[in-house]
Amino acid sequence: MFAYYLDLALRSLKRNKALTGLMILTIGFGVAASMTTWSVFRAVSGDPIPQKSAELFVPQIDPWGPTARNVDPTQPGDIGPPDALTYEDATALMRDHRASLQSAMYQVGPSVVPTDPAKHPFSVPGEAVFGEFFRMLDVPFKYGTGWSTNSDASRAQVVVISSHLNDQVFGGGDSVGKMLNIEGHDYRVVGVLKHWNPQPRFYDVVNAGTFNSQPDDLFLPFNTAIAMGMTNQGSTNCFQSPKQTGFVGLQHSSCIWIAYMAQLDNASAVRQYKTYLDGFARQRYPDWAPNVRLRGLMAWLDYEHVVPPDTKISLYVALGLLLVCLVNTAGLLLAKFMRRSGEIGVRRALGASRRQIYAQFLIEAGMVGLAGGVLGLALTAFGIAGIGWVLPRDIAALAHLDWSLLLITLGVAIVAAMLAGLYPTLRAAAVQPAWQLKSN
Amino acid sequence: MQIQPILAALRHHKAGTMLIALQIALTLAIVCNALFIVHQKLAHLSQPTGIDEANIFVINNQWADSMSGPQIDAQMQADLAALRQLPAVHDATASESYPLSGYDWDDFITMKPGQVQKTTDAAVYFGDTHFLDTLGLKLIAGRNFRADEIAPLAPHHDTVPPVAIVTQKLADKLYPNGSALGKTFYAMNPAPVTIIGIVQRLQRQEVETWSAPYAYESLIFPRRLDGDGTYYIVRAKPGEMAAAMREAEQALIAQNRMRIIDPKDGVLTFAQVRHRAYDSDRGTAILMGIICAVLLVITGAGIVGLTSFWVGQRRKQIGIRRALGATRRDILNYFLTENFLISGAGAVAGIVLAIAINLWMIAYVQMTRMPWFYVLAGVVVLLLLGQGAALAPALRASRVSPVEATRSV
Repeated sequence: MFAYYLDLALRSLKRNKALTGLMILTIGFGVAASMTTWSVFRAVSGDPIPQKSAELFVPQIDPWGPTARNVDPTQPGDIGPPDALTYEDATALMRDHRASLQSAMYQVGPSVVPTDPAKHPFSVPGEAVFGEFFRMLDVPFKYGTGWSTNSDASRAQVVVISSHLNDQVFGGGDSVGKMLNIEGHDYRVVGVLKHWNPQPRFYDVVNAGTFNSQPDDLFLPFNTAIAMGMTNQGSTNCFQSPKQTGFVGLQHSSCIWIAYMAQLDNASAVRQYKTYLDGFARQRYPDWAPNVRLRGLMAWLDYEHVVPPDTKISLYVALGLLLVCLVNTAGLLLAKFMRRSGEIGVRRALGASRRQIYAQFLIEAGMVGLAGGVLGLALTAFGIAGIGWVLPRDIAALAHLDWSLLLITLGVAIVAAMLAGLYPTLRAAAVQPAWQLKSN
Repeated sequence: MQIQPILAALRHHKAGTMLIALQIALTLAIVCNALFIVHQKLAHLSQPTGIDEANIFVINNQWADSMSGPQIDAQMQADLAALRQLPAVHDATASESYPLSGYDWDDFITMKPGQVQKTTDAAVYFGDTHFLDTLGLKLIAGRNFRADEIAPLAPHHDTVPPVAIVTQKLADKLYPNGSALGKTFYAMNPAPVTIIGIVQRLQRQEVETWSAPYAYESLIFPRRLDGDGTYYIVRAKPGEMAAAMREAEQALIAQNRMRIIDPKDGVLTFAQVRHRAYDSDRGTAILMGIICAVLLVITGAGIVGLTSFWVGQRRKQIGIRRALGATRRDILNYFLTENFLISGAGAVAGIVLAIAINLWMIAYVQMTRMPWFYVLAGVVVLLLLGQGAALAPALRASRVSPVEATRSV
């Protein structure tokens, strides 16, 4: 029966090519607009580290107290602790070492001096981190490994570089053990990463920018970077001016500029850590009630508004377009089906049940959906290829067509067309055979 | 025109009528909200910076060596002297940022040293005596910095200079009665800062949503920041931009090659700076525009389709009406009026929906109130679209011959 209905549907669709074409175009455009914007939204709102995100937490501690919360008369009340830590709080948390893995970090942008004197030095984006960073975030190594806790403590001049920087400076290959000149000092390469550029750059969204097509090129020990006076490239936020001057003054100030991430393996570890943070804040800042937060990674990304509001609005508008397309297709299908009241009357009179009429017309709607889906797929591919033309490069680069998007596009198109066909089909099946036969 | 018979006929096509009206309502609601967003984006990206954009370019200069503060300061002064001597260069200055550079340095501003709540939030620029001339800022009161007021500043050294030049917007915010010149304010430091000059306009370094209440509230401190790098802002002589850009980079490399000027992003014309700063705004505006156009085309095509179907269905009735004396014009008017009634009903529902969507966006996605003008424009556009789409089928209907009345099917 299915094959027969397919044949009927094809005949019916061929009968009025303009109307059929219009429906296919409508579904195609609606689906393509939704899928293109969704592919961008999916990319920017996705989980950057799905296997681990549930165990990663970001602590916040209020170093400024209640007066800072009243600075802005337009935003009264408790706005929570700031979104980074002071140097002293971060290093104290590192010393206490209460999570199973943890790292304080800050963004650096040192210059790398090539060994070949004919080449110009260049600056590279990087992050000063602790040795546990790599294990905590499942950072993939091509050669070598990260550094040990001892290297952290002894301020060793070691560095982990990206494969990109490895190609650029050493021409690729296993460069473990080679020396890299950073700001005039030699650092021993201990590890070379595979391509690793999680989006959003979840480990330091406050400073490293949320979406960036250029990966961090080097990672060096936090304590070494501090000792070398390597200043931070990210934001520095002060409530009061530092009492001492210079980078050392910044380290002893209440300015916030350090990002922090901790791995807590289960709910009880999270509870214990929260209690520890409360105690920590009470001890460090006895003048006010502890004001701390401990957010899971995904909640943290949400709190930081990582998803650009424009991508959200674009998605909503495109979904609105899909809805209009649905209503449009429903209207056209209704017209098409009701035009065939006579045919339906004959089929019903010859013994077709309502259920068979449903099947026949839903299959016809589904065919429109399938054709619309194929067109929508082509348009989506076109849309994703062209999205870089309208959206910022770093975000557009994230959108891509894959199997799941392909299947979803086809699925959405068919479901949309069948939904649109639902009411017209109900109406078609309600046709009274006697009335139709009489009137003709 | 007789509306009664049209309404009676529509009662037989409830579903089709409802679907068209619903489609019009949704289209109206989406289009006017989307156009409002487009307009906001365009208004945002056409805000003036207050500087001589046509002749300015910016060099992002990073130091390759770890140099000491005094070394950096000496090198910067030598660089600036070299840049200013170039034949195609009008003037040059060094600063840690420039309008639309994105990196922002802002200070809470208060009127008294111990004040808890900030009076406002100002964007901070560092500049020397050439800053005003290089950017082409218009000094409307007071004076420029004197050479003896300019001092080097090491990073993270928080000494506030005793004098500053502020924008008119900031001056008016601090002293609404217009008497700002010569008065003082405090910038997160117990030492007062005296306003010695007021410039007409200077945009902030970033144009994010958070700083919108403080737009154009900028101040210039007479300082040279000796950081890991600096921006050299260069104003070319009119029409000599390309030559000036070429000369400037060569002159800097000739001065000292231990510097990093990114081959791709190191030297940017201000047009490029503007283009990048508003990347996302422009993109969203284009995307919304495309979606609106597709939406209107689809709705128009849907109306054509359904009206054609109705005309086809009623050929016999049209024939009878024609046979009974109705003119072609009557038939044409019938279908146009029918469409107008449906579109009108859809538009009324659409107005409600449009306002609801706007209110929802105000609550959830930082949107402002949509002026009534957008809704009105949306209604006019959709009514015209409806009439235009119904015109071809209605004309076809008007050409139905009275003979059709005699045919059986």
